[in-house]
Amino acid sequence: MVDLSINCGGIKSPNPFWLASAPPTNSAYQICKAFELGWGGTVWKTLSEPIMNVASRLGGFDYSGQKLAGLNNIELTTDRTIEINLKEIYETKKLWPDRAIIVSLMVESKRETWHDIVKKAIDTGADGLELNYGCPHGMSERGMGAAVGQVPEYCKMITEWVTEVSTIPVLVKLTPNVTNIQMPARAAQAAKAQGVSLINTINSIVGIDLDTLRVVPNVSGKGGHGGFAGPAVKPIALHMVSQVATDPEFNLAISGIGGISTWKDALEFILLGATSVQVCTAVMHHGFRIVQDMIDGLTNWMQSKGFSNLDQVRGKSLTGLDSFGNLNLLYKAVARIDQSKCIHCNLCYIACEDGAHQCIDITPEDGHNKTVIREKDCVGCNLCAIVCPVPGCISMVRLDDGSEEKTWNNLIQDFKSEGRELSWENLAEFQKQHGIEIH
Amino acid sequence: MENIVSKLSTEQYEKNFQELHPPLTYGSALAESSRCLYCYDSPCMKACPTHIDISEFIKKISTDNLLGSAKTILKSNWVALTCAKACPVAVLCEGACVLNEKGDKPIEIGRLQRYVIDNYFEQGMPALFDVKPSNGKSVAIIGSGPSGLACGAELALLGYNVTIFEQSDVPGGLNTWGIAPYKMRKQDALKEVELVKSFGVSVKTGTGIGKNITFNELYKNYDAVFLGIGLGESNALSVKGEELSGVISALDFIEQVKTEDWSSVPVGKKVAIIGAGNTSIDAATEAKRLGAEQVIVLYRRSSQDMSAYNFEFDLAKKDGIIFHFLTAPKNIIGKNSVEGIECIRMEPGQPDSKGKRSVLPVPGTEFTIPVDMVIKAIGQEAQNDFISSVPGVKFVNGKIEINVENYQTGNPKVFAGGDCINGGKEVVNAAYDGKMAAHGIDKFLCN
Ligand SMILES: Cc1cc2nc3c(=O)[nH]c(=O)nc-3n(C[C@H](O)[C@H](O)[C@H](O)COP(=O)(O)OP(=O)(O)OC[C@H]3O[C@@H](n4cnc5c(N)ncnc54)[C@H](O)[C@@H]3O)c2cc1C
Ligand SMILES: Cc1cc2nc3c(=O)[nH]c(=O)nc-3n(C[C@H](O)[C@H](O)[C@H](O)COP(=O)(O)O)c2cc1C
Ligand code: SF4
Ligand code: SF4
Repeated sequence: MVDLSINCGGIKSPNPFWLASAPPTNSAYQICKAFELGWGGTVWKTLSEPIMNVASRLGGFDYSGQKLAGLNNIELTTDRTIEINLKEIYETKKLWPDRAIIVSLMVESKRETWHDIVKKAIDTGADGLELNYGCPHGMSERGMGAAVGQVPEYCKMITEWVTEVSTIPVLVKLTPNVTNIQMPARAAQAAKAQGVSLINTINSIVGIDLDTLRVVPNVSGKGGHGGFAGPAVKPIALHMVSQVATDPEFNLAISGIGGISTWKDALEFILLGATSVQVCTAVMHHGFRIVQDMIDGLTNWMQSKGFSNLDQVRGKSLTGLDSFGNLNLLYKAVARIDQSKCIHCNLCYIACEDGAHQCIDITPEDGHNKTVIREKDCVGCNLCAIVCPVPGCISMVRLDDGSEEKTWNNLIQDFKSEGRELSWENLAEFQKQHGIEIH
Repeated sequence: MENIVSKLSTEQYEKNFQELHPPLTYGSALAESSRCLYCYDSPCMKACPTHIDISEFIKKISTDNLLGSAKTILKSNWVALTCAKACPVAVLCEGACVLNEKGDKPIEIGRLQRYVIDNYFEQGMPALFDVKPSNGKSVAIIGSGPSGLACGAELALLGYNVTIFEQSDVPGGLNTWGIAPYKMRKQDALKEVELVKSFGVSVKTGTGIGKNITFNELYKNYDAVFLGIGLGESNALSVKGEELSGVISALDFIEQVKTEDWSSVPVGKKVAIIGAGNTSIDAATEAKRLGAEQVIVLYRRSSQDMSAYNFEFDLAKKDGIIFHFLTAPKNIIGKNSVEGIECIRMEPGQPDSKGKRSVLPVPGTEFTIPVDMVIKAIGQEAQNDFISSVPGVKFVNGKIEINVENYQTGNPKVFAGGDCINGGKEVVNAAYDGKMAAHGIDKFLCN
């Protein structure tokens, strides 16, 4: 039996799949529907100061015929009154006691205002709070959202205003629009929050309409930067989650967000240390129903790998994560083509020829081109294997026997102790010793 | 002819002759173009007889650069709309697409090309090519089929003064008068003629060489002559009853169909087609679409020997055409009009030097099929009379002999391409020949 239930900084839910605070979590109607389909939790659309949205709020980033590789938005927080939202949260929680309901908050930077909204949110029976320090547009200009998230001191101060009155767990939602994501995460911890959620959206301009020459989305002739989300941001989000998870000073729970569309994406966040995951764009694209594949995809994977709960999985990939200086310079891998699978598209050839190290030859054979890798020149960069359209056709094969290891850090250490400086000549000597040819 | 089928409604005719491969929409073209791997030195390009840079034109569709895409296509092939609609892509570019090897559906190259060229014509043929200033030399082209058009377009861009002489009142050759209407309509072929004319080529229709003007007159007045004359009449069956009313050659029948005045084409209720090449299939499916109740293809060899492509054979079967293999016509029976066709069973004999098995009649197996119409589709003759009137041209096995390097005939001033040099292939071969011959002519005249 596989148990998908989680406890994220004190917030419990039957599975790790939460809806991120966004249009899918605007109302009780939507959230009840989502819970019916299996979502484990939801972060209610951010409750905030009075705002008004504009028409034309979203811009899609399509790639190569694929819709919504990314989604940009200039939407603000909820545009319904605080009272209506609180009432609906209360009613929804009553109907769904086993699901996690987290109330997202963002108000002006005044202690009393925060105290007031926190108390009201707790009164709904919600399971937790999420402080939205992430919104990169509209609210930040009013001193809220990213304007707070980008300054660790503010982040700490405001979080303290919340934690000093809150009786339920507090997650701080981080903006990725910073140079070092560890700083605001540490600030959240210093302010006694129970966890962090990341990432919020990334500053972006999604595109230009080449007929009108205006930016997209266009609000009667004008537009501006917005927040970018969806599949394209996943690698950035994964990196930021890993940075927080590997920070020795940080020990709170993590709710992973950013470009999650499938159970595989979710699992990657969990493997890098997330306890819950949140989804927005994928639901905006395909609806709440996507959670069903997420739940049984993850369950089946756990079963096939012999895991019974997510605690056994969480953070598993962090051990293989290290800095460049600790990677083995003597690891030798080369590309090999399985000629029986090759379809002769020559994509590996042109990629290597123009974009890498010119180590694939093509020769005409039986009316097509035969692509052959010159192994002695192959630097093992992976490019050909990445561009090859046939699964399993090009594989990277290890040639060294693994008995020797020398990292960059080791090498520099050696140089130091031998009193040699880091020079091209000294490097060349090391390379020669180990049969590494650079051309 | 007796037992002529009754006329169908206009809607029914249109439905019967509607396109087999409808155009792609913007979204589907985008999706299909994005599916292309953008192969390097792509096999599809090599498989195209005109070597269109296919991955390049497809890439340009995916970036909304449709004019650039049209230019990529046209610079290799001047009858790209016809080719997009009528090429046997399954055995050419699409057959070579690497996705076949991957077990996926090949890219729909034909339909993508059509998408681009349709758009080009819809945009009113914006100028994409520079016409070089006149070099004062003139070339006469005989025939406005794909080979003539391609040769004319290419020469005009190089600065030649080009005149195409066409015996028919409507130009385009078999693109206009031959290709099955469910593949393309006459109008499409005429658009390509307009494109070629836009480069300054003059097309003189209703001007048969050897009829309205002698070959010698052209030969004297022009610096070079290109023969894009195609083939001649359909071969005769040489059986009794061939002169009866209701016996017609496939080409004559198809030409009537291609007027697109469907209701005026007489078709018998029961039709026999003799021969099993691509033209036979066209005639058979067209007869069926005009309302014939029963259409039978008679072929004296077996199905493996049939020259029709598999996809054409499949189409005919889908249309309910009946095939009798190893069946040869012996006599056409009837008083004034066709009433039936007497056939005899054949049996395979020894393969000949080319591996084609000979067939021999089996005595005593004669039988008669009642039919109202017989369509002869056992190939076309070469234009023997005309060709023999051209001094110096060598004529071997029904084909004009040329130097494959430059398409020059035995007469240095005379070049040739298309069906008249290959005995009847595809539009795309004619298009390539015409283009290459133009360069042969250019070298000849400029050296
Ligand atoms: C019924 C049929 C269906 C076909 N379907 C297809 C198809 O689907 N796809 C495909 O790729 N190919 C098809 N083909 C083959 C294709 O049409 C030919 O290969 C191609 O048209 C050959 O081009 P061409 O320029 O050599 O000759 P043609 O297209 O035959 O053009 C020759 C032109 O020269 C003119 N001409 C001849 N003699 C003279 C003269 N003395 N003076 C003036 N003008 C003259 C003729 O009137 C004609 O217009 C089909 C052929 C037939 C018969
Ligand atoms: C239209 C839209 C509105 C959003 N509104 C909010 C919001 O009110 N509060 C918030 O914390 N995040 C908001 N977000 C950010 C999402 O919660 C989430 O962090 C982000 O979209 C990344 O996840 P995804 O890649 O699954 O979409 C919004 C995102 C979108 C696309
Ligand atoms: S990319 Fe893959 S399929 Fe294409 S030629 Fe190279 S090995 Fe073959
Ligand atoms: S072979 Fe197929 S996939 Fe490759 S370029 Fe040609 S059409 Fe595209």
